[in-house]
Amino acid sequence: MKFIIERFDPDQDQKPYFKEYDIQLEPSDRMLLDALIRIKSIDDTLALRRSCREGICGSDAMNINGKNGLACITKISELKEPVKLRPLPGLPIIRDLIVDMTQFFKQYNSIKPYLINNDPPPQTERLQSPEDRLQLDGLYECILCACCSTACPSFWWNPDKFVGPAGLLTAYRFIADSRDQAVNERLDNLEDPYRLFRCHTIMNCVDVCPKGLNPSLAIGKIKEMMVRRGV
Amino acid sequence: MTTPVRKFDAVVVGAGGSGLRAALQLSNAGLKVAVLSKVFPTRSHTVAAQGGVGASLGNMGEDSWQWHMYDTIKGSDWLGDQDAVEFMCRTAPEAVIELEHFGMPFDRNENGTIYQRPFGGHSSNFGEKPVQRSCCAADRTGHAMLHTLYQRNVFANTQFYVEWMALDLIRDVEGNVLGVTALEMETGEMMIFHAKATLFATGGAGRIYASSTNAFINTGDGLGMAARAGIPLEDMEFWQFHPTGVAGAGVLITEGVRGEGGILLNKDGERFMERYAPTMKDLASRDIVSRAMATEIKDGRGAGPNNDYILLKLDHLGPEVINKRLPGIREIALKFGNVDCTKEPIPVVPTCHYQMGGIPTNYKGEVVVPKGGNVNSLVPGFYAAGECGCASIHGANRLGTNSLTDLLVMGKSSGDSMIRFIKENNTHLDLPKDAGGYSAARLTRLNTQKNGENVHEVGNAMRQTMQAHCGVFRFPDMLEKGVTKINEIAERAKSLEIKDKSKVFNTARIEALELENLIEVAVATMVSAEARKETRGAHDRADCHDRPGFVNGRDDENWLKHTLWFKDGNRLDYKPVNLTPLTAESIAPKARTY
Repeated sequence: MKFIIERFDPDQDQKPYFKEYDIQLEPSDRMLLDALIRIKSIDDTLALRRSCREGICGSDAMNINGKNGLACITKISELKEPVKLRPLPGLPIIRDLIVDMTQFFKQYNSIKPYLINNDPPPQTERLQSPEDRLQLDGLYECILCACCSTACPSFWWNPDKFVGPAGLLTAYRFIADSRDQAVNERLDNLEDPYRLFRCHTIMNCVDVCPKGLNPSLAIGKIKEMMVRRGV
Repeated sequence: MTTPVRKFDAVVVGAGGSGLRAALQLSNAGLKVAVLSKVFPTRSHTVAAQGGVGASLGNMGEDSWQWHMYDTIKGSDWLGDQDAVEFMCRTAPEAVIELEHFGMPFDRNENGTIYQRPFGGHSSNFGEKPVQRSCCAADRTGHAMLHTLYQRNVFANTQFYVEWMALDLIRDVEGNVLGVTALEMETGEMMIFHAKATLFATGGAGRIYASSTNAFINTGDGLGMAARAGIPLEDMEFWQFHPTGVAGAGVLITEGVRGEGGILLNKDGERFMERYAPTMKDLASRDIVSRAMATEIKDGRGAGPNNDYILLKLDHLGPEVINKRLPGIREIALKFGNVDCTKEPIPVVPTCHYQMGGIPTNYKGEVVVPKGGNVNSLVPGFYAAGECGCASIHGANRLGTNSLTDLLVMGKSSGDSMIRFIKENNTHLDLPKDAGGYSAARLTRLNTQKNGENVHEVGNAMRQTMQAHCGVFRFPDMLEKGVTKINEIAERAKSLEIKDKSKVFNTARIEALELENLIEVAVATMVSAEARKETRGAHDRADCHDRPGFVNGRDDENWLKHTLWFKDGNRLDYKPVNLTPLTAESIAPKARTY
């Protein structure tokens, strides 16, 4: 099977280039990550991140035939040949398929990604009805793979100013949590021309999320709360 | 060449559940902490835990920590130290409540309390019937927990060194631990992290086996570093084979499936666990279920064209329960098992999952080694928690949900111990001369090796040897041959060679260093397993099965003791099991039935 992989090692390359691999896969190679590991067993210089190999740790996000996704849950049989692999777009390349995610995590941290509740904690759990808990479904499952934010033109243009879909999804995860007491503070934190409002509902984030989440919907809900609050 | 040095009060190696829980404790105490991790914290393997965290909250009906303690000791086949088991079970409810206060999105009951599901080996009233003790967030409990703990550390402003791999433990001549050497993956530079107290929270080494539910990063780095620094490894013969890994892929299917009512069937459609465990059936402890499954397959009753797997049926739960309680499983079954589990059963096989052994500690997370007649002498400044530590809570077999309980309880307790130690010993002890020399020499050797061994091939040889010689069923002759083989493979691993010479994010170098750690664990496992002449928990020897004088194949007279493996001389020693709890009454060994 043929693969074309973008390579770049700043130790020796002036700029990125594409390298072709034609490899014999085994029947046990079912996911793209299996194929990449087979390539790496032949050419150990190929650099990529990977860990859980089941789509829960978020390490092996990359651009696969033009679309962001996780190598470990992308079936080889569903890929068009030659398979073209590039690092996630819009972030600085460290080496080969590994990008520098500093900016992505900076934005995540900026939304105060933790529960804020200043009441003294009770002896038991804080109660939450099943209906209130249901509000967190589709939000808390984010794996921080960055497929969404690096597929978003608004994030490409303003990675330092626009929070991006992943960060905003988490922002809404805490806004929607009945135990959180900082809704206003969280909305204040997003009220400027860039942080939230650079989202133009292009919906690439929804299209690529490997966990089937919908950041666009969460962003819409934050925008709506912002508007209602202003009235 | 001198290695640059940075000083911290505390260094935590590993940012999974236990590392993050300890880091939180240390940061909140106002200490200067560095947390080193090979991967961004939320990519640590805690993220893959599914079914829940065990605590006797009693939200679904009566429960008590004494029952939890009994189940854990029985599950451990009496190899668990009863002080550590009591400590964990007694502390579990407050650890879970605290996590909820941190923001953990637990599932809920109608009255707003945390939802709890049944799990293997957890019972009410000392083994009478299954109890609902597993606190969960659907089937993504580990993910929810790891993210919550990371988020809490963001709040606490914990300092992370992400994508740094610790290389070696630094000790002075008196044996005090002074920190670690570590490699920054992005630049290839090495640095010394000089600390007053050092915690290993590096997780397990399930990647010594060919078929494993573990992530690629689970390479026993803490165990390798400890072994090279003269610290023994405890009870390494005990590896949990999880009953339900997806056949062929190894990916985990939570025991929560059976907790919610799923059942195991052989090729005849028989619910065979009724024969092996009349009371707990499919919810017997994991060693029992895995052995039953392997027996069914061995006796030709496996399903599939090659009769080599078992069927996990859950379609009778209905799509509503599956989508609400087990949505991740549905996804995994579709992706890796090619089945829609709302309609058909999932093909599963026992798969290596958890390392019960590890770096010997007490229930405070303090590392203990034999010295001058004291089998549990403290190693000043050194701590271990989570899967890499051995307190020993899980003994010869861990109960489901107790890994997450362990990492919360032991993470916090080791953090507290470090705070106490730093208060009493608030100076940095002097680093030995050339403290980075040993690690630097290892890196140079790897970089300059010619005509050496291929990392991939040596790794495969190790994994296949472990799988064939030290799996669910163990045979004396296979174990003996296994020791010879694994020692040969360890020799080959001394001359690993990589083609990649780049300094920048050299993953070939990382994989070679990881394999060097795995090999230590593999040798420790095989040697310890060969020596233990009994069947206990996950260690099943074909020549030691149930017969007069051997309860369930167990030999309490000679083998109710912990193994200690020393890298130096590849030798073994033993120490007694602590049968005295902290406050509860001792639970005496007896026959183990479910």
